[in-house]
Amino acid sequence: MNLKTKLLSAAAIICGTSVGAVELEVTHWWTSGGEAAAVSELAKAFTAKTDHTWVDGAIAGSGGTARPIIISRILGGDPMAATQLNHGRQSEELIEAGLMTDLTEIAEAGGWKDLVNPSSLLDSCTLDGRIYCVPVNIHSAQWLWLSHEAFATAGVDVPKDWHQFVAAAPALQKAGLVPLAMGQQGWQQNIAFGTLTIAIAGVEDWREVTVNKNAEVAAGDSYKSVFEAVADARELARDSKVQDWNLATNMVITGKAGGQIMGDWAQGEFQVAGQVADQDYSCLPGLGINQVLDTGGDAFYFPKIDDPEIHAAQLELAALLISPEVQVAFNLAKGSLPVRGDIDMSSANSCMQKGLEILASGGVLPSDDMSLSADTTTQIEDLMAEFWASDLSATEAQARYVDIIADAD
Amino acid sequence: MTDTSPLSAGTAAMTGPRGAKPKTRLSRRNIFLYGTLLLISVYYLLPLYVMVVTSLKGMPEIRMGNIFSPPVEVTFQPWVKAWSEACTGINCDGLSRGFGNSVRILIPSVALSITIASINGYALANWRFKGSEVFFTILIIGAFIPYQTMLYPIVILLREIGLMGSVWGLVLVHTVFGMPILTLLFRNYFTSMPEELFKAARVDGAGFWGIYFRIMLPMSLPIFVVAMILQVTGIWNDFLFGVIYTKPATYPMTVQLNNIVNSVQGVKEYNVNMAATLLTSLVPLVIYFVSGKLFVRGIAAGAVKG
Amino acid sequence: MDSAKRPNGLFRNKSAKIASIPMILTALVVFFGGTAWTVFYSFTGSRLLPKVKFVGFDQYERLWSSHRWMISIENLAIYGICSLVLTMVLGFTLAALLDRKIRFENTFRTIILYPFALSFVVTGLAWQWILNPDFGVQAVVRAWGWESFSFDPMNNPDIVIYGILIAGMWQGTGLVMVIMLAGLRGIDEDIWKATRVDGIGLVKTYVQVIVPMMRPVFVTALVIISSGIIKLYDLVVAQTNGGPGISSEVPAKYVIDYMFKAQNLGQGFAASTMMMVSVVIILVPWAYLEFGGKKRD
Repeated sequence: MNLKTKLLSAAAIICGTSVGAVELEVTHWWTSGGEAAAVSELAKAFTAKTDHTWVDGAIAGSGGTARPIIISRILGGDPMAATQLNHGRQSEELIEAGLMTDLTEIAEAGGWKDLVNPSSLLDSCTLDGRIYCVPVNIHSAQWLWLSHEAFATAGVDVPKDWHQFVAAAPALQKAGLVPLAMGQQGWQQNIAFGTLTIAIAGVEDWREVTVNKNAEVAAGDSYKSVFEAVADARELARDSKVQDWNLATNMVITGKAGGQIMGDWAQGEFQVAGQVADQDYSCLPGLGINQVLDTGGDAFYFPKIDDPEIHAAQLELAALLISPEVQVAFNLAKGSLPVRGDIDMSSANSCMQKGLEILASGGVLPSDDMSLSADTTTQIEDLMAEFWASDLSATEAQARYVDIIADAD
Repeated sequence: MTDTSPLSAGTAAMTGPRGAKPKTRLSRRNIFLYGTLLLISVYYLLPLYVMVVTSLKGMPEIRMGNIFSPPVEVTFQPWVKAWSEACTGINCDGLSRGFGNSVRILIPSVALSITIASINGYALANWRFKGSEVFFTILIIGAFIPYQTMLYPIVILLREIGLMGSVWGLVLVHTVFGMPILTLLFRNYFTSMPEELFKAARVDGAGFWGIYFRIMLPMSLPIFVVAMILQVTGIWNDFLFGVIYTKPATYPMTVQLNNIVNSVQGVKEYNVNMAATLLTSLVPLVIYFVSGKLFVRGIAAGAVKG
Repeated sequence: MDSAKRPNGLFRNKSAKIASIPMILTALVVFFGGTAWTVFYSFTGSRLLPKVKFVGFDQYERLWSSHRWMISIENLAIYGICSLVLTMVLGFTLAALLDRKIRFENTFRTIILYPFALSFVVTGLAWQWILNPDFGVQAVVRAWGWESFSFDPMNNPDIVIYGILIAGMWQGTGLVMVIMLAGLRGIDEDIWKATRVDGIGLVKTYVQVIVPMMRPVFVTALVIISSGIIKLYDLVVAQTNGGPGISSEVPAKYVIDYMFKAQNLGQGFAASTMMMVSVVIILVPWAYLEFGGKKRD
């Protein structure tokens, strides 16, 4: 059975009628160079393999800008046909309110349960045993990206872990470079904080605080050293004044900064700039200290629309997104990992291979999106934004962090 | 968003400038006067100058030079790119798509909001009924409530009447939020018109609509001009309602502008951003430069009279 | 006049009442209803969707213990007071200058007024660019030879709000000036003659005679400026997006971020209710005096 007949049969299960060509409006916030290249792979595949048209509804900014727009449209009764959302707790209430299309039947027809690896990705699409979203990629945030050019300029070796990086920082500064590139936005600073936590406090304490919301551990010594490390990192990023994450990545690409802590999506930017892993840049998952990655990622949701033709096309798109060809093309462009364990990713570069190895060896953690509510995340991001941009002491920041964790739900 | 609410104040009549007779020679007073004005003009013109100059430079020149130096090599490429090539996601058609949408949103919004507000103002000025002032007071207080407070209830309201996401939903929102200020403007204007006109028409047996169309409307050109300028600029410049209550197919130009400015692919292209900004501002700017004098006269008639 | 305009019968004014239906609906349903709805749900624990699950004053307690909210309030206070005072003084001074029978009055007036035609988003972007430390004012002054010159409000948490103030003033002074100018033109020529006869100095005339006479115009301008201040949002988003850190956050942005980004509607509604309460406290007495009273001239 080829893909198209599979899709058609999946659609036929639901509505039992022939499928007319429709336009599907798809919203997302993938607007950087690498992201736009990845999303056009999806659009291309959709146009080529089905009769329908992909109407692109990109919203620039970040998830923070796009989500209000997406959610108010769904609530307002004029939803898009499909939309990117980080899975996890963000969409629980929308599903509970019955605003999302149930994908269980095509998921069963496509055997998603056996395909999706790690299975936690599908679990966070599942509510009361029904499946409501298609995971499209795995993103992990715990990466340190290093510019070979910058370290060559400074005359030191490219570091192998975070400690070496900190030790090399003075040489970079002496050469007039910024040691750590950091976009001045709370979510980016929060990623750096989370990554340093896993590296310094260790996985156990991280899990205790983030998943179990244990405020005592958050107030303890291991987190104390985390906040001190962040305060040190803050000094390394003093002269990094850009806002957007990809502008910070650009500082690494052009050798103006030594490194950046950013998720694996930064990979796409290196690729667009024509750089080669291990030759122009290096990547250290888990900061080279703890070989674990979280497995957040993007997923597509399909708001309910009262039109059998659109409904059928929605299901076609859902099945297409998880198909092997699309998974390979999309994830290679985006620099993220595929959600299926059964496909050949040998064309991936050495950074992605590292990620795949960690994934295969089971060094995976749930992502923040799955453990913390958007409310808690926003508060932590506000705290991090303030901490990184001011002279707030590590002790004070930790005390406030403990308060947030204590109130988290 | 333009917040204008010219409110009632003392009486005024346009009779030209006041003060001492101008002296023709170059006195110390004149040097001080024109010197100050020139200095202030620099502050006001600087951003426009910088925007224009930056939009005409290539990226290498921007990175090297300072923002105030005129372009060494004039290029219109940023303008072309901003209008028709800049990308958001996989759509690479720049601002051009938003222009038509903005026009389609603008015309009905301006027409509807001014029509309703002028009738409101007329009723409030000449046909007051029990409770009319209470509604008006609520309306005026409404003008000061942050829009954010209203976003959510309006999503629900639009959903209930089935206009969410359509151009007409947005037209309705603009009409509602333009109403307080425009109503106030028209009310003040109609109140200042001679009482006798209205009385004479009543004696002749003219009714509510008769007086409105035959007497009030023909006499209220200045205030219509002010209302139109305020609404055109306010609605054209709106971002918040445009982004929340529409969808990509109907996004106005300001939303496209935001998309272009925030879609950074590789490096930030300041020249394209500035060209896009200027293109988006062109309509209200032209209106102001063309009708500045009328606007000032109208403000005097609508805002200060009362 | 009132007898002619205020027919007593219920039906004599039928057309006027019918014509006022849009206004009545807007006032009652949107402004009053929407506000009441928001206040009601601010006492619930609504997250992504509005839900009737009462939590008492919890949302307000959290709001007032939030660092970001306090910074937002403080920023709005600084911005508000500065922009109120400076816009009034500058607007009046400019109007007075233009009122001195100068040449090119139209040109100057257009130059000062045109920024008002631009949106806050545009204003924010333009000033962000001018205040950019690597290309803008700071770089230019340094290039002139003043190497130690430092003016970098976009990256300095202590002065960032003044960077926004500069942009906000640029956009808004023009309108205030036009209103002031209209007020000045309404001053009777005889007043000027009288002060000249009495030999009162120019500045003294303005401060002691003209300004008191223009009280209503000042009230108008005051209300216009303050209504803009509390809504401050677009400008901040475009110019700094609240940064660096959270040092240029404002209340309206707190509302939006908590409603949509944090998906905590209850918290956002509590914050917007607080904004509304402050508006009502300031406005109701004024609105009552201005429009609620029986007398008009």
